[in-house]
Amino acid sequence: MRRRRAPDALDRRPDPSPTPDPRSQGREEDEEPSELDRVVGWFDQRTGAATYARTALRKVFPDHWSFLLGEIALFSFIVLVATGTFLTFFYIPDARPTVYEGPYAPLSGQEVSAAFESVMRLSFEVRAGLVMRQVHHWAALVFVAVIVLHAARVFFTGAFRRPRELNWLIGFGLLFLALGEGVTGYSLPDDLLSGTGLRIMYSAVLGIPFVGPNLAYLIFGGEFPTEGLISRLFVFHVMLLPGLLIGGLATHLALTWLQKHTQFKGGRATERNVIGPSLWPVQVFKSVGLFFLTAALLAFLGGMFQINPVWSYGPFIPYVASVPAQPDYYVGWLEGALRLAPAFEPVIPIVNWRIPSTFIPGVLVPGLLFGLLMLWPFLEAKFTRDKREHHLLDWPWEAPVRTATGFAILAFFLIQTLAGGNDVLAVFFNMQVETLTLIFQITLVVLPVVTWVVAYRLCVERQRAAAHPEAEAPMGGVALRRSALGGFEEVEEA
Amino acid sequence: MPGSGRHERGRDEGEPGRMTPLLRAVIGLSTLVVLALAAVLFLPGRGAVHGQEAQEGAGQVQQLESGAQLYVQNCASCHGSNGEGGPNGPSLVGVGPANLDFQMWTGRMPLAAPNEPGYRQEPTLTEAQRNAITAYAVQNFAGPQPAIPQVASSGDLRLGWELYVNNCAACHGPSGAGGAIGAGNVAPPLNAVDAVRMAEATIVGPGTMPAFLFPPDQLAALTAYVTFLQTAPSPGGISLAGVGPVPEGFIAGILGLGGLVVVARWVGRRHPS
Ligand code: HEC
Ligand code: HEC
Repeated sequence: MRRRRAPDALDRRPDPSPTPDPRSQGREEDEEPSELDRVVGWFDQRTGAATYARTALRKVFPDHWSFLLGEIALFSFIVLVATGTFLTFFYIPDARPTVYEGPYAPLSGQEVSAAFESVMRLSFEVRAGLVMRQVHHWAALVFVAVIVLHAARVFFTGAFRRPRELNWLIGFGLLFLALGEGVTGYSLPDDLLSGTGLRIMYSAVLGIPFVGPNLAYLIFGGEFPTEGLISRLFVFHVMLLPGLLIGGLATHLALTWLQKHTQFKGGRATERNVIGPSLWPVQVFKSVGLFFLTAALLAFLGGMFQINPVWSYGPFIPYVASVPAQPDYYVGWLEGALRLAPAFEPVIPIVNWRIPSTFIPGVLVPGLLFGLLMLWPFLEAKFTRDKREHHLLDWPWEAPVRTATGFAILAFFLIQTLAGGNDVLAVFFNMQVETLTLIFQITLVVLPVVTWVVAYRLCVERQRAAAHPEAEAPMGGVALRRSALGGFEEVEEA
Repeated sequence: MPGSGRHERGRDEGEPGRMTPLLRAVIGLSTLVVLALAAVLFLPGRGAVHGQEAQEGAGQVQQLESGAQLYVQNCASCHGSNGEGGPNGPSLVGVGPANLDFQMWTGRMPLAAPNEPGYRQEPTLTEAQRNAITAYAVQNFAGPQPAIPQVASSGDLRLGWELYVNNCAACHGPSGAGGAIGAGNVAPPLNAVDAVRMAEATIVGPGTMPAFLFPPDQLAALTAYVTFLQTAPSPGGISLAGVGPVPEGFIAGILGLGGLVVVARWVGRRHPS
C-alpha cells in the first residue's frame, strides 16, 4: 500500500502497481449522490477514468522553482497557439500581388503581396489584431528563451542522465521545432526585414556541401524569391511544425510523468523516492497560477512594447536593402556567426570542391556544438563510466567538466548572438563596427576558454569548501596546477 | 496743372523755331515749376522706397561685414580666409548656400576640433549668424548653387515612401532610425531635421552620404514621407528605437525571461513542511 502525508507525500520508486479497485471507495458514504457526482459517475462508468485521475492527483512533484521553467515554456506555447489561431483567421498565406488600400497612408495604392496586405489589415483594421500580433511575437521570443533556460537547468543539474537521455533528445527536438516556428513565423508577414532574413537562410542552405542547391530548391521551391514560399512557410508554421511540437511535447511530458521528476539532494530525498507536494491540490494551483502569470506577462509585453512594426519596414522588395537588418534574437547566433567568420573558402584538394563561406560558421560549427550537447548524456556516461540511473540531481559544482563546458558553449552562443547585432551595438556604444567586430572575433575564441577555466575552478573550489566546511577560511584558496594536457590538479599550499 | 501739360505737348508737337525767346523762357520756367511740383507731389513715396533700399543695402553690407567677421572667427582657421581650404578643412569654393546652411543648421559646423568628423548637434551659431556667414561665403567664394531648396508643404506620401526605400533605407533604415554604415560612419536618425534641411541633405550629400538629384515634386514627396515618419504616431506601444530585433531581443531577455524567472521563484517557493 501507498503511504501519503500531506502536503508532502512519499512516492516510491519503482512505482507500485495501482491499488486494486478504488472505484467503489468514493461513493460509500454518499447516500444521495449530488448532480456532479452523477455526471462524474456517468463518465467514470464508461471510461474508468477515476482510477487514473485518483492516482494522477496523488502524483508527487518535487518542488524547486527551476522545475517550473519547463512548465512556463508549455504555457508560453499555449499562449502562442491561442493568439496564433486568432491570427490565422485573418492572415492570407499568399505571395500574389495585390494593391494595399488601407489606412496607412504611405503605402496606400502600393502593390504588395496578399500576405503583407493581410498583416497590415491585422495591424490597422482588425479589432485587437495588433495586440494579438504583438503578444504572439513576444510570446515566441520568450518561449525560446524559456526553453533554453529550462534546458540549461536540466544540463547543469545532470537531469539528462540515465534514464532520461531520451527525453533530453526529445527536448532538443522541441527546441529546434521552436526555432523553426520562430523563423517561419518571422517570415510570414512578407515584409522587407523578414525577406532579407529569408534571403540569408536561403544562402545558408545553398552553402551546404553537395546537397545545398537541391535542398534549397526542395525547401523553397525554386530560385529565391519564390512565388510559393509564403504558402509553404505557412504550412510549416501552422501545421507541420506545431503538429510535431505538440506530439513531441506530449511525449516529453509523458516521459517526465512515467520516469517521475528528478529532485535535489537534501532532506529525505533519496534515489529511490520522490518527495514533494502532490499534484492535487498544491501543484495544480501552482500551475494554474503560473499559467495566468505567464499569460499576463506576455500580454503586458504585447500591450506595452511595439514589436516588428511591419508598416515601417514596408513590403519585401528583393532588390531593396535596409539597415539594421537582424533576425529575431534566437537565430542571432547564426547571423553573428556569419558576421564574424572571416572570408574563408577552402578548396578540397582532390575533388576540387570549394566550401562556401557560409558552411563552416553557419552549418558545421553549430552542428558540432548542438551535436555535442545532444550526445552529452552518452559521452558523459562513457567517460565517467557511470551508467547507473540517477534521480537525484547534481548541484552544478559537483560536475566541474560538465558545468564548465556548458557555460563555455553558452558564452560562445552569447557572443555570436551579440555579434549578430554588431551594427546596432556599434552605434549604441559609439564605436566603429569594424572595431567591435574585431573585439567580438577575439572574444568568441577567448571567452569560452576563459569561461571554461573560471567555471571549472569555481566548481572545484566549491566542492572543496563543501567537503571541508571548516577549511573555508578567508585565505583558504585552492592552488591549481594546469597539466600539459589541460587538466587541473590541486596543489597543497604550504 | 493741365495747362502746363498742354504747353509741354504743344512744345513737343509744334515747331520750336517759331517761339520767341521770351516764350521759351516762360515755357521752360513753367516746365521746371511743373517738374518741381510733380517732384514734390511724388517724392514722399519714392523717397521711402529709396530709403528702404538704402537701409537694406546697408543691412546687407552690415550682414556681409558681420558674416566676414564671423567667418574669420569660426571657419577660416580650417577652411582658409577665402574658403580655399587648408590642412584642417576642405575647400568651400563652390559648395553653395544649401551645403553651408545644412552644415551649420545641423550643428556640424563649425567643427570643434580639426580631426574629428562633424556630427549632428545643437547648432552653436544663431540663425542670424548662420545667415550672415552663408551670405558672406556665397558672395565671396561659395557660389550660388546649390541654392537652399524651396520645399512644398505637401507631397505624395506613397511616392515618397518608394523613393525613400529605394534610396535612403539602406543607410538610414526603413523607419529612419539610422544605422552604422561602416568605417565609423553613421547614418544619423532622421528625427531631428526639418523639411528644408532634409531637402538640403538630399541634394548636398553631407559627409559619406551621396548627393541626389531629384526634381521638385520628388523632393517634396521625399520630405513629406520623412516628415510623416517623424510625426505620425506609430501604433503598438513603446517603440524600441525603431531598429528592430536587437532591442526586442534585449526586452524579451530582460523583461520577459527575467520576469518569468521572478514569477517562477515566487510561485515555486518551497513549502515550509
Ligand atoms: C576645426 C576645423 C573646422 C572648422 C572650425 C570649420 N570646419 Fe567646416 N569642415 C571641416 C572639415 C574637416 C570638413 C570635412 C569633414 C566633414 O564633412 O565632416 C568640413 C566640411 C565643411 C563643409 C562641407 C564641405 C563639402 O565639401 O561638403 C562646409 C559647408 C563647411 N565645413 C562649412 C563650415 C563653416 C561655415 C564653418 C564656420 C561656421 C566651418 N565649416 C568651420 C573643418 C572645419
Ligand atoms: C550611403 C549611405 C546614405 C544614403 C544612401 C543616404 N544617406 Fe543620408 N546620411 C548618411 C550619412 C553618413 C549622414 C551623416 C553625414 C555627416 O554627418 O556628415 C547622413 C545624413 C543625412 C541627414 C542629416 C541628418 C541630421 O540629423 O543631421 C539627412 C536629413 C539625410 N541624411 C537624409 C537622407 C535621405 C533623404 C536620403 C535618401 C534620399 C539619404 N539620406 C541617403 C548616409 C546616407
